[in-house]
Amino acid sequence: MGRYFAIRIGRAALTIVLVVTFAFVVLRLSGDPALMILGPEAPPEVLAAFRKAWGLDDPIWAQYFDYFGAIAKGELGRSMRDGRPAIELVLERIPATLALTLPAFFFKVALGIPAGIYAALHRGSGIDRAVMMTAVAGFTVPSFVLALVLVLVFAVQLGWLPSGGQDSWRHAILPIATLSLGGAAVLARFTRSAMLEVLGQPYIRTASAKGVPWRKVVTSHALPNAAIPTVTILGFMVGTLIAGAVVVESVFAWPGVGRLLVVAVANRDLAVVQCILLLVAITMVTSNLIVDFLYGFLDPRLRSKGAHA
Amino acid sequence: MQPLVSIADLRVAFNGVPVLRGVDIALQKGEALGLVGESGSGKSVTWLAALGLLPRQAKVAGSVLLDGRQILGAPAAELDQVRGGRIAMIFQDPASALNPVLTIRRQLSEALALHRDLSGETVKAEARRLLDLVGIPDAARRLSAYPHEFSGGQVQRIMIAMALAGNPDLLIADEPTTALDATIQAQILELLSSIRREMGMAMVLISHDLGVVAENCDRVAVMYAGRIVEQAPSHQLFADPVHPYAQGLIGALPPLDGPRRRLTAIPGTVPDPAHMPAGCAFAPRCALAEEPCGLAAPTLVPIANERSVACVRAEASRRALLRIAAE
Repeated sequence: MGRYFAIRIGRAALTIVLVVTFAFVVLRLSGDPALMILGPEAPPEVLAAFRKAWGLDDPIWAQYFDYFGAIAKGELGRSMRDGRPAIELVLERIPATLALTLPAFFFKVALGIPAGIYAALHRGSGIDRAVMMTAVAGFTVPSFVLALVLVLVFAVQLGWLPSGGQDSWRHAILPIATLSLGGAAVLARFTRSAMLEVLGQPYIRTASAKGVPWRKVVTSHALPNAAIPTVTILGFMVGTLIAGAVVVESVFAWPGVGRLLVVAVANRDLAVVQCILLLVAITMVTSNLIVDFLYGFLDPRLRSKGAHA
Repeated sequence: MQPLVSIADLRVAFNGVPVLRGVDIALQKGEALGLVGESGSGKSVTWLAALGLLPRQAKVAGSVLLDGRQILGAPAAELDQVRGGRIAMIFQDPASALNPVLTIRRQLSEALALHRDLSGETVKAEARRLLDLVGIPDAARRLSAYPHEFSGGQVQRIMIAMALAGNPDLLIADEPTTALDATIQAQILELLSSIRREMGMAMVLISHDLGVVAENCDRVAVMYAGRIVEQAPSHQLFADPVHPYAQGLIGALPPLDGPRRRLTAIPGTVPDPAHMPAGCAFAPRCALAEEPCGLAAPTLVPIANERSVACVRAEASRRALLRIAAE
């Protein structure tokens, strides 16, 4: 069991290093930050001074080791735009993002899972078909299209809700709705197929043959088994809490981490982009680790496999 | 004497395709009945239908009386009392028949709580006693283990313990040893027989293995294409099968004594349930088939004490067998 988790934690650390390295290399190959920030008309001496000040003249491997050395000391660099520590810029945006993604996560679970279970239990019924049609629509329509449709209907046509900004809780409704609908659709479909798979298993028939009432067959025999695959998708959704709203934040002009990322990439504000990517990598990897722990908790077969490994 | 279970004209259709075409079975208290036939002949479906365990798409008609009470189409609450409490069932593939994420204790206690009104310490003690009874060593400790921590034979023993938890009057054993090694098979069958004798429980042993049925059952019913074609006490059926299909099944078995002979195979294959021949379903494969066989499906008629057969050529078939024996 200890080994099972030691291996996973090691792998998680390696994943973070790889993500950060990849981001580092791609950013440095994709354009000159000095030109991006100072503009093409800037005099050559100014550009040179800027590059020297940020260490952009050093060989890339030297920059890379400096960067990791700084991370080890807890320094994530400064924004090239306004000189403030990148981590500060990112952290002050996180509450705004969580104000969208946490409620959205709640609605995804509260809508998607019950809808999926209900559809599975009433397979082939009108409600099942309605749930599945909504679900297909929900995850085939890209979030920016859905966002624009919602704006068109509720902000432009009906005038019930604002179309962008962050001035009141009413401004959060459309972005949260956009995020929730797509996620709920994915979860509903996933939960439904997990439930159908489980309901077809011989042990469900055994439970019925034992005289267990159908309600209890569903709650104590089917659901614990269907939870195992569903947890995978839930873990993925937890992983997107920090940076899962890039598109939606941009459409609704919501000043969260996602919008900061878009602006920072456009400006080649290296420290800020790297800081966000590091944070995303850490949340993704952490939520995957939690999923692995939960697997061990939910599925006794994995637990003993880990013990023997 | 009123039979424990009496099934009359039981019919099942999946999406309009009939798979059970009028089955009649009467089972006395404490009796062991063997149900044999090829896969797809309706052996399992008969009992799954009787207990209401088929998927909703299945159309079930007919009558299933338990102690004279109709249980076919009975309300869910009543059926839940019957299942496990009066009639228990064990299945072919024990490894997938137990819930992988629940401990053996949970799965055993569930049955005990449902049918025996036990709780707390008594449940634990009874669960231990049942595991002891079916021969799981170190029962007290093994109760907190999960199904995957047991071997196939052990899991089938646990399934049997779970089936016994409700003190049923009838145990349906649906191919209980098919998925197990030959050596384990014998142990499980021995266990089933000894428990049945001790508890005075009736048993239906569903199998495609004639030898298994001959050894463990008082009476045998042979099924073919959704119907019972012959019923007889075990020893009589093996000594003197009347229906040409039953003859074919037994002819395909190697004799244990007497001179060596060529084993005979039944030519052809089981008809597709969606395209059943008009008359006797076995007629297309039958060496003795004549014109009347294709006209109407024969019904099960008594031919001797405790024996019945569904074949219009029964007499000819019997004579043919005697001739072979004489040669």
